[in-house]
Amino acid sequence: MNKEMKQHHEQHLRISKRDHMVFWKSWLIHVTAILLALLVCAFIIVLITGYNPLEVYSSMWEGTFGSARKVWLTMQETAMLLCISLAVTPAYKMRFWNIGAEGQTLIGCLATAACMIYFGNRMPVYLLIPVMFLASMAASAIWAMIPAVCRAKWGTNETLFTLMMNYVATQLVSYFITFWENPVGSNSVGIINSISKGGWLPELFGQKYLLNIIIVAILTVLMFVYLRYSKQGYELTVVGESENTARYIGLNIKKVIIRTLVISGALCGVAGFMLVAGTDHTISTDTVGGMGFTAIMISWLAKFNPIVMVLASFLLTFLSRGAGEIATALRLNQSVSDILTGIILFFIIGCEFFIQYKVSFRFHKKEVKG
Amino acid sequence: MKKFLCVLLAVTMMFALLAGCTNDAADDAANDTTENNDDATTENNGDATTGDNEDAEVDADASDIMVGFIFLHDENSTYDKNFMDAAKAVQEKLNLTDDQVLFKTNIPEDSECYEAAAELVDAGCDLIFADSFGHEDFIIQAAEEFPEVQFCHATGTQAHTRGLANFHNAFASIYEGRYLAGIAAGMKINEMIENGEITEDQAKMGYVGAYPYAEVKSGYTSFYLGAKSVCPSVTMDVMFTNSWFDIALEKEAANSLISNGCILISQHADSEGAPKACEENGVPNVAYNISTISMGPNTALISSKINWEPYFELIINAVMNGEEIPTDYCMSLEDGGVVLTELNEAVAAEGTQEAIDAAMEDLLAGEIHVFDTANFTVNGETLTTYMADVDTDESFTPDTEAISDGYFHESEYRSAPYFDIDIDGITLK
Repeated sequence: MNKEMKQHHEQHLRISKRDHMVFWKSWLIHVTAILLALLVCAFIIVLITGYNPLEVYSSMWEGTFGSARKVWLTMQETAMLLCISLAVTPAYKMRFWNIGAEGQTLIGCLATAACMIYFGNRMPVYLLIPVMFLASMAASAIWAMIPAVCRAKWGTNETLFTLMMNYVATQLVSYFITFWENPVGSNSVGIINSISKGGWLPELFGQKYLLNIIIVAILTVLMFVYLRYSKQGYELTVVGESENTARYIGLNIKKVIIRTLVISGALCGVAGFMLVAGTDHTISTDTVGGMGFTAIMISWLAKFNPIVMVLASFLLTFLSRGAGEIATALRLNQSVSDILTGIILFFIIGCEFFIQYKVSFRFHKKEVKG
Repeated sequence: MKKFLCVLLAVTMMFALLAGCTNDAADDAANDTTENNDDATTENNGDATTGDNEDAEVDADASDIMVGFIFLHDENSTYDKNFMDAAKAVQEKLNLTDDQVLFKTNIPEDSECYEAAAELVDAGCDLIFADSFGHEDFIIQAAEEFPEVQFCHATGTQAHTRGLANFHNAFASIYEGRYLAGIAAGMKINEMIENGEITEDQAKMGYVGAYPYAEVKSGYTSFYLGAKSVCPSVTMDVMFTNSWFDIALEKEAANSLISNGCILISQHADSEGAPKACEENGVPNVAYNISTISMGPNTALISSKINWEPYFELIINAVMNGEEIPTDYCMSLEDGGVVLTELNEAVAAEGTQEAIDAAMEDLLAGEIHVFDTANFTVNGETLTTYMADVDTDESFTPDTEAISDGYFHESEYRSAPYFDIDIDGITLK
């Protein structure tokens, strides 16, 4: 895709693709980028708010590590983001532009909530939890499969299709909310089974989020193995690199596409299940809260490596929790912290360019090696 | 090499996480024992506050009280801005520092709300206030877990039946304010009829509501009755946006009402969408919670507004002095909780201020009642009895007779509105 630029005239700036970068070098570039980002943010902070940037940074740190509760919350939010990131990864590795993770997760949430409401007080726990789990996975898998089938059979545009499916999911959820709302007209479902706690995920060692975190940790390892060592993981990589190659070596591309999206959707379903049964115990149209889109960024930022995704989702969670903390500690409008988050992400994503490409300068026919 | 480092990094992270777990577990165990001893100490406060609520010896005073506020959005929403402004005003009045009054903004109505409350407790807050209806369940969850902290919640319905000593609801008899604002609308319509701009049967108002929820229904009905008290021929169309805050939808709803022949618009939703649509179309507008004169100098009439300052002052003082907070408090015209913003003389009809003042006096004296059954009909008949759902339960059974002495007793049996009757003259679109 990225061939070396052809040059007829002499240019001062030359951009060429790098072969491979030594591990420590790419880390050095990342760290430099973050430091530069912090420096730019410092200027913005002083210019806009007049606060001491160090004070702002330290309260961002506080927001994540300030107390045991905050550490748990950070881990929980990281886990949720990571789970959806894992879910979108196989599709993206196959170059299937699935921007519907938000809706797929929301449908999982809806299925879980429906099971909690209708079966919550009627089924024994050992039956109820698996039913919720399977219902959520099935609903999300179907939601992801619809665009996949249309793409595989008729070549529809999956980007538009999955995006539109998000809106359908949101509307479905708001329809069911008016069905379940309590009290009437308030557009809020309230905590489901708040007294019987039917369908709530159990606390492990007195920590309500620990189970979620463990599930996601296991999924991370499984996804790593699946993508790197399984035949299916190899197949979807081939389809992603070149459909022609895949066809040439006799892969059933349609099958690969549909299968990958079912897996992707089912994982979104797991996330939805944990969000409703393990975390919120309620449902609203913004239960997923944009995580389905953030996850795409994480997946690409980590270059589809599930282990690196742990770091990437932690970084994003750190930034968002830090943003909230700044708003509380310094009474800055959250928009200020969103600007900072934007700058930091810009630098981190931007530095990828310098990892992929070599920039060299020429002055008066004399080449200076970069 | 890269692979190896990746794995190493992952392993280190995992260990770091596990180390975190064990520490937290230990901390929690420690916390549990203190709670069991029933004299849980709040962490940063230093002062020991007794968990026993009956003889609460809260020795917090102005020097070390901490108050936490949980807001659904931030200042961009007129609803939340109204709370934030009141909180800031009371903070200044009581000489509290920014470190003593903590704001958490953009807190959605899910477990994040509980976590925000818990974080505020960790930070040492003695009193926590949440502003959105959907926060209630999660605030109750926090109230059950932290009996030594007082929790107050606006627009909620459960405090008077829940029996939690540290959980309280509050709202205002805003229907009185809307009634008075409705008089300004009615006077304006009368002026339009007199000037020959419209005929009597073209006197149709439009109302942009959020949800068909009692709070909204009570609001638009009182507004309508206010207008009707001066302009008997008036009717009203209501459109719901099904969102508390959506600038585009509210604007669209207002535009569609206007094109359907509404000659005056009011709204109960939290954005400036409807006032802006009115200004563009040159249609008079009655707003809620903020004065919209700056964004609609040629169309903004007046706004009714809940002023939360009296309540915030009341609860903060109560906690400082170790007094009880009322379980379910309803502010009114009397204590300054329900107010009208400045009347825009450039738009209002002559004599509006006088008419409002006179009606306010009568309301205060109890001579007139907003929901007087003589002033409205349902399917052509006068109501003599209505069972309202005052005590929240799963199946919404109507449980309280709300009509007596010839009027509907709104906000008397609990602060949150429960008037949800569709009356004649109002059409739901």
